[in-house]
Amino acid sequence: MEVLIETAMMLLILTDMALLGLSRLRPCIAASAFQGMLLGAFTILAHLHALAPRIIIIGLASFALKGFVFPWLLRRSIREADVHAELEPYVGFSLSILAGIGMLGASVWLSGQLPLAAPAGGSVVVPAALTTFFTGLFLIVARKKAITQCLGYIIMENGIYVIGIMSVVHVPALVELGILLDVSVAVLVMGVAIFHINRQFDHIDTDQLDSLKG
Amino acid sequence: MHLEAFMNIFFGIVFAPLLAGIISRVKARVAGRTGKPLLQLYFDIYKNFRRGAVYSTTTSWLFRAGPIVGLAAALTALAIAPPLGSAAPLAFTGDVLLFAYMLGLMRFFTVLAALDTGSSFEGMGASREVFFSALAEPVLLLGLAAVARKAGTLQLSELLAAASATSPELVLVLAALCIVFLCENARIPFDDPNTHLELTMIHEVMVLDHSGPDFAFIECGAALKMWVLGSVIVGLVLPGAGENAWLVNGAAMLAGMFVLAISVGTVESVMARLRLLRVPQLLMTAGALSAFAFILVMR
Repeated sequence: MEVLIETAMMLLILTDMALLGLSRLRPCIAASAFQGMLLGAFTILAHLHALAPRIIIIGLASFALKGFVFPWLLRRSIREADVHAELEPYVGFSLSILAGIGMLGASVWLSGQLPLAAPAGGSVVVPAALTTFFTGLFLIVARKKAITQCLGYIIMENGIYVIGIMSVVHVPALVELGILLDVSVAVLVMGVAIFHINRQFDHIDTDQLDSLKG
Repeated sequence: MHLEAFMNIFFGIVFAPLLAGIISRVKARVAGRTGKPLLQLYFDIYKNFRRGAVYSTTTSWLFRAGPIVGLAAALTALAIAPPLGSAAPLAFTGDVLLFAYMLGLMRFFTVLAALDTGSSFEGMGASREVFFSALAEPVLLLGLAAVARKAGTLQLSELLAAASATSPELVLVLAALCIVFLCENARIPFDDPNTHLELTMIHEVMVLDHSGPDFAFIECGAALKMWVLGSVIVGLVLPGAGENAWLVNGAAMLAGMFVLAISVGTVESVMARLRLLRVPQLLMTAGALSAFAFILVMR
C-alpha cells in the first residue's frame, strides 16, 4: 500500500511536469483530467485500511468532477471562445520545467520545515502536494490565456486537496464536499467569464486587459 | 572471480552488432519490407576489415587515433558494465564515473578525429554531437547518482544489483536513461542512423572520412556502446537470479537486450526525427526526470 501511495504521488509529480512542459491546451486539459482521476483513486487508496462511506463518496465525487466534469467544462469554453491551441507562455517551456525542478526542491525543503504530524504514506506526500500547489500557481502567473489560469486554479486546488486528505484525519465529509462544490462553481463562473472576455475583446489574453485603464 | 563475471564481455563482443540488425529488421517489418539480413553489420565489419584504409594528407595522428581510442574506451566500459547476478571483472568503488567518462572519452576522440579532417561539414556534425551529449551527460550522471544514493554504493555492479527492487524513483531514472540511450546511440528522435542527407546527420557525418579497418573499429565501437548502455538499462530492470544461476542470468540478459532492441525499433518506426531545436527540450525533460528522482532520494 505504501508503494501504491508513493507511485500515485510520483505520477502526480509527473503530471505536474507534463503540465509545465506541454505547449498545447488540449493535452494540458487531458493531463489535469488524469490528475483528477489519480486523486480520486488516491483518496480511496490512502484510507484503504479504514474505508468509511464518506471517504468513498469524496473519492468518487472528486474522481467524477475533476476527471470528467471540469475537463468537459474547459473543453466547452475552448470551443465556445474559439481559442487557439497554443498556450503562449510568458516563461518558455524548458524554463518552466527547470522551474518545476526548483519547485520540487523547495517543496522537499519546505515539507522538512513544516511542523506537520507525519502523514501516512511516507514523506513523499507533502512534497508532492506542495509541488502541485506551486505548479498551479506557476501556471496562473506564467501563461497568458485566461483559460490556463482556470486550469492553474484547478491544479492548485488538487495540491490542497492532497494535503487535506492525508494529514487531516477527520475532516467532516461536508467540508470536503463543500470545497469540491466551491471549485466546480468557480470553474463554471470562470468559463462564463472567459466566454464574456472573449466576446468583448475577441481574445482571452490577460496581458492585454490592463490596457483598459483610462 | 568466477567465469560468469566475463559473461557480459563475451555477450557484448559476440552479440552487440546483432542489436542493430534487430532494430532495422523491426523497422523493416513495420514498414512492410523484408529488410536486410539480421547479421548485416557483421558482414559490414568483416568487409571493412579486409579493405585498406585511405588517409587524407591533411590529417594528423589524431585522425588515426580516433577509432582506436574509441573502441578501446568502449571495451573498457564493457568491462565495467556488469552481467546480471554477478560483479563485473573491472568493478571498484567509483567505477560509475569511469563508466560515464569512458563513453565521454570515446565521443571526445571521435569528435577530435572529425575536426582533424578540416572539413567544415564534419565540424558541423561534431558541433551537434557535442551539443547533444553536453545535455545528455548530466542526465546520465544525475540518474546514476540517484540510483547510487538509493543503493548506497558507487560501484556500478552493486548499484545495479541493489536497484532491481522496484521503487518509484527507479521508474523516473529508467525513463531518463532510455532517452539518453536513444540520444547517445544516435537513434531516431535525435539522429537518423540511415540518413545520408548532409544537413541532418550527426554521428554519421563525423565518421565520413574513415575507411577500411578504421571504419570497422568505429562500427564495432558504436555497437559496443549501444550494448553497454543497454546492459545498464537491462540491469536496472531485471534482478539477477543469484550467483550460481548463470544460465538463467545469461538468458535473461540476452532476452532483455533483444526486447530493448525491439522497442527501439518500434520507437523508430512510429516517431519522426525531432527538429534540431526541439532536441534540447526532450533532453531537458529527461534531465528533469533524473533531477526529480535525485531530489526524491535525497530527502
